[in-house]
Amino acid sequence: MSDQITPEIFEHLVDLAALELDDTQAEYLRKQLNNQLKSIHELEAIPIDPSVPANLHGVPFTPEQSSNPRADEWKLSPDVKDILSQAPELEDGYIVVPDIPHTTLK
Amino acid sequence: MELCDLSALEMTKLLREKKTSAVEILQSCLQRIGRVDGRPGALDQVVTDDDKQKVHSFITLTDDLALEQARAVDADLAAGKDPGPLAGVPFTVKDIFCVKNTPSTAASRILANFTAPYTATPVERMQKAGAVMIGKVNLDEFTYGSSTESSAFQPSTRNPWDTSRVPGGSSGGSTASVAAGEAPLSLGTDTAGSIRQPAAFCGVVGVKPTYGRVSRYGLIAFASSLDCPGPVARTVSDAAAMLQVIAGADEHDSTATVLPVADYMSGLEKGVKGMRIGLSPDYFRITFPDLKTGEFHQQPLPKEIEEAVRRAAQVLASLGAEIVEDVPMPNTRFGIPAYFVVSRVEAASNLHRYDGVKYGLRTHKQYTDLKQMYKISRNEGFGLQPKLRILMGMYVSAAQYSEQYYQRALRVRTMIRRDFEEAFDPQGKYRLDALLTPTTPTTAFAMDAVYGDSVLMQYADQLTVPANHAGVPGISLPGGLDGTNLPIGIQLLGADYTEDKLFRIGRAYEQATSDEAWRKVLPGVLR
Repeated sequence: MSDQITPEIFEHLVDLAALELDDTQAEYLRKQLNNQLKSIHELEAIPIDPSVPANLHGVPFTPEQSSNPRADEWKLSPDVKDILSQAPELEDGYIVVPDIPHTTLK
Repeated sequence: MELCDLSALEMTKLLREKKTSAVEILQSCLQRIGRVDGRPGALDQVVTDDDKQKVHSFITLTDDLALEQARAVDADLAAGKDPGPLAGVPFTVKDIFCVKNTPSTAASRILANFTAPYTATPVERMQKAGAVMIGKVNLDEFTYGSSTESSAFQPSTRNPWDTSRVPGGSSGGSTASVAAGEAPLSLGTDTAGSIRQPAAFCGVVGVKPTYGRVSRYGLIAFASSLDCPGPVARTVSDAAAMLQVIAGADEHDSTATVLPVADYMSGLEKGVKGMRIGLSPDYFRITFPDLKTGEFHQQPLPKEIEEAVRRAAQVLASLGAEIVEDVPMPNTRFGIPAYFVVSRVEAASNLHRYDGVKYGLRTHKQYTDLKQMYKISRNEGFGLQPKLRILMGMYVSAAQYSEQYYQRALRVRTMIRRDFEEAFDPQGKYRLDALLTPTTPTTAFAMDAVYGDSVLMQYADQLTVPANHAGVPGISLPGGLDGTNLPIGIQLLGADYTEDKLFRIGRAYEQATSDEAWRKVLPGVLR
């Protein structure tokens, strides 16, 4: 079987995934990705009756077994300081980030 | 036998009889850790020959906190208060659960500096029940693996039965810590078999509850529709007692069911008379893909593993269970291909939150804008396995491939679910109370033998993953030893929310085999 993920497709995926890889990592990951796609090749050949629906979560969620959603009420977290203290860069209670690049939507 | 080798229920009984104290029990576990564990996993470490003789279950030992909790249990008992059903029982926690004021790393560099601001519901329930957390244990990075080798925190955990072997994974730290007598209980997670497979490799009991039976609040997510927190223990009764404590509805997790939790303990000793236990030929053959042709090859299970399952069936039959042969589970073999798609899509989505902004690693290198900061931080923070899952998830969920892969995988998931529904249908042809299968296609493999080959590693979960797709509960039990004294695991699978039946069958099997020679063999590090 030929490799589905060409270097060009791989580069695009890396960009979408917000990663930046060195050559060794890229070579390993592209090879493994292609191997995984070959190993799921069988999926395409499985005969599936058109009436078979998609299943997102195994166990059915019936009204009897599901909890009611919580009321959509604003609550102050008791641990604001603890949570903010995890931020890599903080200034006056705000999380600092670098410039956000502007892109034009096509 | 030392205090730390007792079961959780024996420990808490001795405690209530005032024959020991929670502090003494804790000290016994800490001594065992000192004897067998070696140094905890850490970033940027070179594994030495000396490390290769030790177990290395831990990333973070919380012994000070544990001592405080143990003293509180002793004080409660002295004051005549009830400290809870698991009073004074030490337990370890897979480092994928948040525990307030402790490092919660997911065994990843990207979370190495993260201290959780809150505690996961299952951990909180254990602590409320009087159990004493002694530390956070190692795992595959973000749970992505079946050997614990992909942890960024090295030395990664090794198998207490033979330290040249993997403990399995991803809950390898959990099962190794329990097998080595470092704690009688551990909290793990199972997304494709991550509790049951390492339980089989380490010769302990591992339970994947029904999806939604245990809250996922505070669990660092991998594949949210498949992740199940669950117990690891040395005995079925201990596993049942632990699930009793951690199961139940939770206002913080809308997928945690509101159905009442069964009383797992009261039926434990009722035996298996009249129960229908199935065997399926589809679990007695294993599948591996040929990457050159894309075709799949099936081969029989290793003989010793098949024999262990058939022997267990005979034992259960001798106790009055009815063994139902030839139950068809024809979609079992599609479990891994469907999992490769479903789990990667969910993982890629869950991993996008790690961006170096709100918490976790932000690069110290120079960057010009936000996007570059994301990219450099994520590249530095994630190991190869998370990167691989993100890339695969991006590809198979892309608009042009979604129908071919993701939508198809979700429909295969329905077919897998239907296999179980037919097997367990009370009005159906088979009417099973449980399906008895092997847990794994092999016993524990050597360190470095499979790691790096992401396809072969995934196939270690081929007999456990169908239960995750279907959401049904499963339990892995020690079922014997192979010719090299490595544990063999046998698995019981049941209908939704029938953990009580699985415990009952497991307990009957455990009692009936308690005098067998293999039960007396100790893990290598304890010999």
